Amino acid sequence: MALDGFPPSEARAASAIPAASGVPIPPTPCTIDRAGLGSLITRLREGGYRTLGPTVADGAIVLGEIDSIADLPQGWHDTQGPGTYRLTSGEDGELFGWAVGPQSAKRELWPPRSVVWRAAGGGGDPAPIGASEGPKAPIALVGVRPCEVAAIGILDGVLGRSPVPDPDFVAARRDLFVCTVECGRPSASCFCESMGSGPSAESGFDLALTEIRDADGERFLVRAGSERGAAVLAGIRTLPAEERDLKAREAVVAGARAGLVRRVDTASLPHLLERNLENPRWSEVAARCLSCGNCTQVCPTCFCVSIEDVTDVTTGIERHRRWASCFEVGHSYLHGGAVRPSTRARYRQWLTHKLGTWFEQFGTSGCVGCGRCLTWCPVGIDLTEEVAALRASDVGNPVPAGERGV
Amino acid sequence: MVLAVEAGPRTRHPLTPLLYRLAGKRRETEDTVTLTLEPAGEPIPLARPGQFNMLTALGVGEVAISISNDPAVGEPLEHTVRAVGAVSRALCQTAPGQVVGVRGPFGTAWGVRELLHSDVLVVAGGIGLAPLRGAVRALLERSPAHRPRPQLAVVVGARTPEQLLFEEEVLNWQHSGAHVLLTVDTARPGWAGPVGVVTDLLGQVPLDLTRSSALVCGPEIMIRFTARALVRQGMRPEAIRISLERNMQCGVGLCGHCQLGPWLICRDGPVFTYGERVESILGVRER
Repeated sequence: MALDGFPPSEARAASAIPAASGVPIPPTPCTIDRAGLGSLITRLREGGYRTLGPTVADGAIVLGEIDSIADLPQGWHDTQGPGTYRLTSGEDGELFGWAVGPQSAKRELWPPRSVVWRAAGGGGDPAPIGASEGPKAPIALVGVRPCEVAAIGILDGVLGRSPVPDPDFVAARRDLFVCTVECGRPSASCFCESMGSGPSAESGFDLALTEIRDADGERFLVRAGSERGAAVLAGIRTLPAEERDLKAREAVVAGARAGLVRRVDTASLPHLLERNLENPRWSEVAARCLSCGNCTQVCPTCFCVSIEDVTDVTTGIERHRRWASCFEVGHSYLHGGAVRPSTRARYRQWLTHKLGTWFEQFGTSGCVGCGRCLTWCPVGIDLTEEVAALRASDVGNPVPAGERGV
Repeated sequence: MVLAVEAGPRTRHPLTPLLYRLAGKRRETEDTVTLTLEPAGEPIPLARPGQFNMLTALGVGEVAISISNDPAVGEPLEHTVRAVGAVSRALCQTAPGQVVGVRGPFGTAWGVRELLHSDVLVVAGGIGLAPLRGAVRALLERSPAHRPRPQLAVVVGARTPEQLLFEEEVLNWQHSGAHVLLTVDTARPGWAGPVGVVTDLLGQVPLDLTRSSALVCGPEIMIRFTARALVRQGMRPEAIRISLERNMQCGVGLCGHCQLGPWLICRDGPVFTYGERVESILGVRER
């Protein structure tokens, strides 16, 4: 997923970790061992980054502070499917042997709740209103998946390249260091290949790692995607990547690709959706959908927020921004009622936006195929199944599925 | 090792309003007032008719309200607000001298300057007249030097005679050379005008609709049927501009609330050129 000049390169350079003088930057691809991964985390932390990565908490892989290798979910694997998520612990020592957890980078770049300004209360006189929060520590994300990197790229387009970019997002994004780890074990909810976002990492990262465990032992193939990514490697013990390491990486990615069980036929998808707005399938899925909004909360690209003013005798007036969902009945409120009162209309809005009108609004798909909306749906509604059902019952183009080569 | 993160000067967050003082308040109907706003400090950029601002009733919340005059002629900013929810009610109850927050202007304008030489039909329903008032005033000011003088017709619909907005001014438009047609859904004793919807009056508009432009604002269903009727009477779809509305919370395309199909109303609208795409989008219920 191309980043098209955002974040601006000069801003990125400003927040790059300077190479320690006299310490050469190793060329990549290279390999590091487990201790090297530990050094990498240490170097990011010492560089001033709040280092976030996968940790095990409350029975799920969640984003947490990573101090060292010991914080990573060693030996943990996830089993996912529509409406299902289970973590199991194994003895194999794999650090990244799971697909994706419920949280995404969205949580850090576009937080669930934030205060955008604060003003003294108490009535009529003009009170100073201004941005109330100063700069925050930059974040390094370690161990995020290629689909996550693609999702960050989509948020860049929505929030960073908007005619009026959001300054909080831009500040957090400019300083974000992305160390992705390619997928070795996709879940049964994943369909990244259909959306072109994985399982391999192609762009949008500072560093890309591949966890390799074969007859030659455990190691991580490292590729740098930016100058600051390469700079972080200075002083870390690396070995030049050999042919067998590159082959081993290909095997990991090929294995992941072979493990993907879900697909979406994306051919002319926006047109398919646009001409099927009255397809009876929407009523069928609405009969199951609880309109709970879980899918929008776990989606790494769903960006809707509500703006709410809050008054308090101690703090005065605050303007809060919180995650919203198009499944909330009030999301479409317009003087006296909701524009989309039915679950049918709200599910349709969500799916047609994500896979269809997002292209016209922002130039990309809104879906990266991470599968979170399937896994965390309490009734197991499967986006891939819904798209297939709409195709099979396409009201505008009723060609039997077999004749379209689906 | 030191990480160089430059703090830099923070620009004002796009969700932070500027402060305006209520300089005047005029009651228009039972539930609608026009607020005249003067900047208490730094002003917003010049707003054009058709655009909207986000108005904050401090401590209550923020709501999108269209600009109801044409500040380009040197008048202070005016907003005509109908009390329908907590924020709009609080705005209507603001007393002269009190302070409100203003962000904007946002969205597309009517583009009156492109209509200097064409005959224009303005069709308004209910509070939909508010965003059109500035456009009508600008159209009335068009230079009479251009011969033949471009014609202006204004068709206004309201639920009842009491709910006609800017009634005195609308009647004055007639004296200034506009053809004005009024209608109400429900008459009262003393109402001598027609009873019905605005589309009933389109046949009486003394313009050559095939060569005219139209500006339409009101309830969405009224916009749909008006645009459709105008096309049926020979108006070119691309000569029709309509103003659409959805829930707005940021005004700058970042909150996602104002989606309508392929558009973010705050970014791509609220003024749109009519056409097949608009017609098909408005034809889907609960879109």
